[in-house]
Amino acid sequence: MNRSWSERIIEGVIRLSAGLAIASLILIFIFIGKEAVPLFTSAEARAEAGMSKLFLGNRESPDGKRVQVWQPVSEVPKYSLWPLIVGTLKATLVALLFAFPLAIAAAIFTSEFAPPGLREVVKPVIELLAGIPSVVLGFFALIVTATYFQDLFHLDYRLNTWNAGFALGLAVIPIVYTVAEDALTAVPQSFRAGSIALGATPWQTARRVVFPAAFPGIFAAGILGFGRAIGETMIVLMASGNAAILSWNPGYSFRSLSATVAAELGEVVNGSPHYHVLFFIGVLLFAFTFLLNLAGQLWVGRLRRKLTGARS
Amino acid sequence: MAAARGHLGLSDETTAAPPKEKMAVRHLTVKAGKTPILNDVSLSLLENEILAVIGPSGSGKTSFLRCLNRLTDLDGLSVEGEALLDGHNIFASEADVTLLRRRVSVVFATPTPLPMSVADNLKLGLRFKAEVGHPEGRMEKSLRAAFLWDEVKDRLGSSALDLSGGQQQRLCLARSLMLEPEVLLLDEPCSGLDPISTAKIEEALQGLKKTMAIVLVTNNVKQASRTSDRTAFLLMGDLIEVDDTGRLFTSPREERTADYVSGRFG
Amino acid sequence: MKRRWINFVSRFFTIATGLACLAVTVMVALILGNVVRHGFGHLSWKFLSTAPSAGMTEGGIFPAIFGTAFLVILMTLAVVPLGVCTAIYLQEYAPARSRWVPLVRMAIQNLAGVPAIVFGLFGLGFFIQFLGKGIDRFFFGGDLVFGQPAILWAALTLALLTLPTVVVATEEALRVVPRAHREVAYSLGATRWRMVRHVLLPQAVSGILTGTILAVSRGAGEVAPILFTGAAYYLPYLPKRLNQQFMELGYHVYVMATQSPDVDATMPILYATVFVLLALTFTLNFAAILIRSKIRRRMKR
Repeated sequence: MNRSWSERIIEGVIRLSAGLAIASLILIFIFIGKEAVPLFTSAEARAEAGMSKLFLGNRESPDGKRVQVWQPVSEVPKYSLWPLIVGTLKATLVALLFAFPLAIAAAIFTSEFAPPGLREVVKPVIELLAGIPSVVLGFFALIVTATYFQDLFHLDYRLNTWNAGFALGLAVIPIVYTVAEDALTAVPQSFRAGSIALGATPWQTARRVVFPAAFPGIFAAGILGFGRAIGETMIVLMASGNAAILSWNPGYSFRSLSATVAAELGEVVNGSPHYHVLFFIGVLLFAFTFLLNLAGQLWVGRLRRKLTGARS
Repeated sequence: MAAARGHLGLSDETTAAPPKEKMAVRHLTVKAGKTPILNDVSLSLLENEILAVIGPSGSGKTSFLRCLNRLTDLDGLSVEGEALLDGHNIFASEADVTLLRRRVSVVFATPTPLPMSVADNLKLGLRFKAEVGHPEGRMEKSLRAAFLWDEVKDRLGSSALDLSGGQQQRLCLARSLMLEPEVLLLDEPCSGLDPISTAKIEEALQGLKKTMAIVLVTNNVKQASRTSDRTAFLLMGDLIEVDDTGRLFTSPREERTADYVSGRFG
Repeated sequence: MKRRWINFVSRFFTIATGLACLAVTVMVALILGNVVRHGFGHLSWKFLSTAPSAGMTEGGIFPAIFGTAFLVILMTLAVVPLGVCTAIYLQEYAPARSRWVPLVRMAIQNLAGVPAIVFGLFGLGFFIQFLGKGIDRFFFGGDLVFGQPAILWAALTLALLTLPTVVVATEEALRVVPRAHREVAYSLGATRWRMVRHVLLPQAVSGILTGTILAVSRGAGEVAPILFTGAAYYLPYLPKRLNQQFMELGYHVYVMATQSPDVDATMPILYATVFVLLALTFTLNFAAILIRSKIRRRMKR
């Protein structure tokens, strides 16, 4: 072969780097899973925090009914995941209800209706919002907006789901906006031109021509936003009140899966069942977002092929 | 014997020593997947000659050219047959491709100066050879041979993108010459250039053929007739005819050749 | 009649979507305005250059600034070569129908979607418990040197988190270089690496820089990954060795906001720290945007 040694070494390094990307994903799964495995293998861990406790709750009351409580630090540690799962979903729902319409509407405005000058103002604003670290959004929710929300809704709790959901929504808006806007502007101008030539208004054109074409991308935006909201930690850690209450009421404090890990991992004893449960939650989060992303990619690919007529 | 010599494109009147073959293509067949691009082409390139390759669009002229320095490796085409440079098959598995491309250099149809200074453009080939030194002498020689020296000698440090189209193309020619190639391949080098630049390049080629063999692919039949020593006519992947330029244009053997050079189709 | 209704509906939605943009803009302005109003006043050179004192009610945040800078520099040293090489592989070295390309791309996309806290868990479970303790066992005879929270591990964790940013930006920068440039290089006898090094990379530098700056901005702002991998609220020293802990701006905000015993007393410092953090990330993002628009303008030429 005519390739010198140095050329081959460099090529090896480059291939290795690319392989590291795949390797990291696998390593993440292995090393988080490794710390969660004792929940299945160790009898002590299983007794205290096994799958049945995590998902079915503790047999607490004298009449044998099961209770869904998360209270790892107590006389009898209780490890039901349901308060955390409900808390996560509650906050995510509030966040998406607030962020998704706003972000999509803004994307529609900049891609369909706005004059070019206005477009160059809105996009930087969204990028500014994207540049705000989540710890700052959490700070803002904790210090500033909590009081407003409490007064507005006459709530008992200062740190409640409305407040945290709002801040969470702010964090989600940029990613939904960006992906949706990309999808909308990717629709060829010729589509719009044909519709306008037939006398349609910009809105009619948008609704009948552009949206269907951009639907896969907008759908992807929704999935990405959902995944972001589920996994977000700092905002929830600071603004949720961190109370593991099992309730769908948005006026109450709550606690999310990721915030639980963040809050308790520092205090936990290395190797205790509590420690393993926290890693198990990590596995759940990782697996969920991984599958979500995968499903999103496949779905969007299939949608795109259906709508554009067989093009991968 | 005469027929064989005629097939190779050699005339009956010979000089004392028969001209040496610099490159020879034998039974070259090129396909893109199932689509044939070149069918069983066999052709010689002699030292110190300009061989023009003419034919309508899609006849495989560019692919033929790209075979000669194995740029076809980048196109994902399947190549069968041989191409010999000084008797060695360039498609052999132990052949050194980077060395080949320095000995057989190409100038593309569209001028492609890189976004750097004129001098850096020229030194590119040497950079790839990891050759250090002071190439100023060679730069002047190459620029003179490309008839560009007078126009850029005071602006070697300025960006190559500031040159006109004709100047850029001559710069690309000079860039290839920096490697002192033995064979020069040109793919429609004057398409889109003004007549003055075209004339300068054609004049440059006449000077260059003293030291190298040149293959000139061109859509411009008149350019082929005024510039080259021998001409090969490709049509839809087949080599129809190859002969001394004078003879091919005045009394071609094949009817298709006559039709093409007289402009009856193109 | 129907025409007027159509026009009305059209007008309505145009205005409604425009109001959505306005709402987002107003919210962003409110947040920034609030931080500037309460934070700017407390800023001073002394604040930026001294350490905290009196239980975080006085003094400055210099150690947090130093720690953030040190952290981010380490992260950049790790993520840029790795990300650039990965992008070069995807664009230049992978064969056309290689099955690795979609796998690597999918891995990068999925890495981008992994929650930040999961990275923190990985930092703890892999870097500290596995690599760190392994290093301690082999090189330090079991002493606790690297098997504990350390700025090195936090930096590597952040490098993994920001890897997709660098890869995507570099790929984009490489893709923009015209195919003809690669052909010219090959036809002048370049090997693949020499072509990449002398023709592609010089043209891709601005794009790579953009990606790096965005990665740095993200790294400076993420707190979840460093919660258990090395961040500390108060340290009497500045981290000088790779296995030491560090103070960090974002972490400082988090702890001060949630665990300060006297919230009112620390509020000015808290706001000022938020201000500094925001100023840092915004300056970086702004620089990245500037470079990106310079690239776009150069492309249009």
